[in-house]
Amino acid sequence: MTDTLQVSNDSPSHKSSSKQLQFGVVQFPGSNSDQDCIHAVETMGHRAGYLWHKETQLGNLDAILVPGGFSYGDYLRAGAIARLSPVMKAVADFAENGGLVLGICNGFQILCEAGLLPGALIRNRSLQFRSEFVHLRVVHDQSPFTSQTPEGTLLRVPIAHGEGCYFADQETLQEMKANRQILWQYATADGALEDHANPNGSVEHIAGICSKHGNVAGLMPHPERACQNLIGSQDGQRLFSGIVDHLTQSS
Amino acid sequence: MPESPITPALIQQHNLTPEEYQLILEQLGREPNLTELGIFSVMWSEHCSYKNTRPLLKGFPTRTPRVLVPAGEENAGVIDIGDGLAVAFKIESHNHPSAVEPFQGAATGVGGIIRDIFTMGARPVCAINSLRFGNLDSAEVRRLFRGVVAGIGHYGNCFGIPTVAGEVFFDESYEGNPLVNAFCLGVLRHEQIARGAAKGIGNPVFYVGPATGRDGLAGAAFASQDLTEESASQQRGAVQVGDPFMEKLCMEACLELLATGAVAGIQDMGAAGLTCSTCETAARGGTGIEIELNKVPQRAPDMTPYEIMLSESQERMLIIVHKGREDEVKRIFDKWDLPWSEIGMVADHGRMIVRNHGITVADLPAAKLADEAPIYHREAVQPAYLETTRQWRPDQIHDTQDPESDLMALLQSPSIASKNWVFRQYDYTVRNGTVVKPGSDAAVIRIKKDSLPDLPEDAPNRHAEVPEKFLAMSVDGNGSYVYLDPYEGGKSAVVEAARNLACSGAVPLGTTDNLNFGNPHHPELFWQLKEAVRGLADACTHFEAPVTGGNVSLYNQNPRGAIDPTPTVAMVGLIEKPEHITTQWFKDAEDVIILLGEAVDAQDACQGLGGSAYLKLKHGLKTGLPPRCHLDREKSLHGALRGWIAQGIVKSAHDCSEGGLAVALAECCISGEKARHDPHLIGATINLMGQEGLRLDSLLFGESQGRIILTVPQAFQGKCLEQAKILGIPAQVIGTTGGDHLSIQVQDKSYRWSVGQLHDGWFNSIHRIMDA
Repeated sequence: MTDTLQVSNDSPSHKSSSKQLQFGVVQFPGSNSDQDCIHAVETMGHRAGYLWHKETQLGNLDAILVPGGFSYGDYLRAGAIARLSPVMKAVADFAENGGLVLGICNGFQILCEAGLLPGALIRNRSLQFRSEFVHLRVVHDQSPFTSQTPEGTLLRVPIAHGEGCYFADQETLQEMKANRQILWQYATADGALEDHANPNGSVEHIAGICSKHGNVAGLMPHPERACQNLIGSQDGQRLFSGIVDHLTQSS
Repeated sequence: MPESPITPALIQQHNLTPEEYQLILEQLGREPNLTELGIFSVMWSEHCSYKNTRPLLKGFPTRTPRVLVPAGEENAGVIDIGDGLAVAFKIESHNHPSAVEPFQGAATGVGGIIRDIFTMGARPVCAINSLRFGNLDSAEVRRLFRGVVAGIGHYGNCFGIPTVAGEVFFDESYEGNPLVNAFCLGVLRHEQIARGAAKGIGNPVFYVGPATGRDGLAGAAFASQDLTEESASQQRGAVQVGDPFMEKLCMEACLELLATGAVAGIQDMGAAGLTCSTCETAARGGTGIEIELNKVPQRAPDMTPYEIMLSESQERMLIIVHKGREDEVKRIFDKWDLPWSEIGMVADHGRMIVRNHGITVADLPAAKLADEAPIYHREAVQPAYLETTRQWRPDQIHDTQDPESDLMALLQSPSIASKNWVFRQYDYTVRNGTVVKPGSDAAVIRIKKDSLPDLPEDAPNRHAEVPEKFLAMSVDGNGSYVYLDPYEGGKSAVVEAARNLACSGAVPLGTTDNLNFGNPHHPELFWQLKEAVRGLADACTHFEAPVTGGNVSLYNQNPRGAIDPTPTVAMVGLIEKPEHITTQWFKDAEDVIILLGEAVDAQDACQGLGGSAYLKLKHGLKTGLPPRCHLDREKSLHGALRGWIAQGIVKSAHDCSEGGLAVALAECCISGEKARHDPHLIGATINLMGQEGLRLDSLLFGESQGRIILTVPQAFQGKCLEQAKILGIPAQVIGTTGGDHLSIQVQDKSYRWSVGQLHDGWFNSIHRIMDA
């Protein structure tokens, strides 16, 4: 492994198209990866602004990111209170109309609590917070969020969560599989799905999923923290590339 | 309500001596009431007043041209990092609370230090910590360790600050007295520095943050006493309860408020809560302050003035606002849904006047309370045990017959083993600034625009680009060394930190220290403190790394005895360019391994074995003279290393410390990590030639200072050695990287370990103990 920090190569992996996209990053009290989402979008050559939780109007946005953190201190249950915020109604409407919404970590928890994604996130099997880089295996590239990553692509991204164990009952899982809703799974460096590669015990090693209609996705790992080699990995940009590609194609 | 008369028993319960009470009578010209007695007891506790240590701390170097706010002036020191940017940083302890309630004790320690940073107007961007516990074979120690790590993770992760480095040591002397030293660093522009002074007569004083309760009552006084068998049950009430979510909101609101220019002064309510913040801000401002307790938000019923003034409920700030700008506070704190209350005003009489429903419950001179605690020049006597320990020489033990087992044992010993069990519980990637995560000699973070607090809406430079900065930091200390020679041990804590920074490519900027010692009334323990501070001061001066602030934690002992004297040193350095950022693990095969520095210090009668981890583990001894620090040689070595790094020829750099050369080499082979269960393992073939006459244990496991393991591409070997010769730095090629074994040849003997085996033992040791 050549560990020379490729600091001069941190250009956006996606050539910026003529249209500069505008992302909205929802900001709850206690969100702490919100600025990282903005940073990630900017490394892609696009723009992002905050959406304060009390807002009910989104403005003209191309996509929405629901960031990581401890919204409302994880009081009651992670994401349980955030999903009741005024802004979430607007986010739900946006999703209803086919808008792209990506929930990361606490964002994923909030989307599940809000019913925009199936299943739930529960406490890590180890009962401890887990912070480390993991390998994610892309399940298929038929989603806007994975269109730039062919099936089997491995992405090295960090996780940082205490309640990241994805759970859904068998019936829901069957349905999700039928609809190709599982997008990312924890894997070994060789792409194998093994228990020891799974940091939180999630069912079927699920790291991230999408909704039935495919425009809402959520994942526990942090692609927005993997947008520069300088800070450990640039693989996260490949996920955002999918979003960008989808939006610039359809515009 | 009838006031209790002040009895001698009451005075003693408040940890005040009869002489100190006499001084109070003189200062006031009358007897204090109970509330006032409580106020004096916390303000004059060791924790708040440093009454036993102030004379010693004067020896620290505190100024270089980069120092913007020096030690002692405010809650944290501030150092310039160029381009109009600066950093505020400090380390503080929360030892006593962690001993009785490890989770909350550690959590609130983190909360407290974070507040000290944002009260300076800086945005906190990273944390590190230094922890010490007894031996892990004790279930009680495991409980404390588990709780402390969980508490630190809980607070830092929820607040949203990456915990990027640290150290953890285990030694029987810390049994019952864990050490939890928490460091935080924040960033700001020069013009954003905020001060904790009550300025402007007539300015309103605001309380912001959660309501006040009975938690943490008189925590400062508790911290200033020895722990006893009863401490756990009796003192649990003195442990504060933290809410990192509240702190995050409070910080955002405070930084937003500071950007409006409405703030005249700001101070966090930490130790001694409302008491300390009011009298200190008044003292700094040269003013007086008047507050009304019935306006203080309270979350417990029927709180007395005594309780309100001494409560250490967390996440509260005192803010002095320019008259006429009160609406800014209300607007911003309502936006963040945080409680606020206007509780008083700045006055011109120099007194701290506290009223409750119109009745005066305390009326004290602010400056005297804050600045005129008695100062003690304690007796210092060289400890008797040193007569024995200084006599020890290596000829009293057999040389090792089995270095292969020795190395495995050292790598698995909890103090040396990988600390991933700890730091995988800490979010270290949040804020997108962690360039070198936990696991290398020093952490390296990247500062960018969003690391800074926002500028005012109308600031002309609000949208200006901010050049990226790279900061390295490390926290170091060795209690065994300090026990065996406090002066040398103090020096070596600083030297090790500077060496770790050099290995990451950084130049030291400044230092913060946490002095963890026993009861200062014991002349032998006070001597340890005095000598250690002298060593720290000499080394900080030599490396031009001024002390910007720090913390003293005394009374770290229980009936079984005192801890090893343990000063911990956190040092912050600046790396000029991202290309200079260097990590400790071997990178590629076929690189040349160079040992810089003398393999074993020829001037050390104990040949690097005194106070060493090897001596303790293999022979059960904590004795001898710790390795000497040669400050000139170290400085020269670090400078040379930075030079080679700048030339672009250094692939990795790792210094030798606990466990010596063999441990350091093993760490170079096994400490790289790509991802979960995906380590970067790379072997090495080592030949330690020209080491005749040296003991094997001294060569492999001795802890002589001033040694760094470097790798360079083969093409640069000659250049590096040539330049080292010119600079007078000992340098020898000791081997080549590659393969899946570490093999070390000494004379005609060869020792070999598979990197997989080394890694497994080192990486999983603590996990196997804790998760069994």
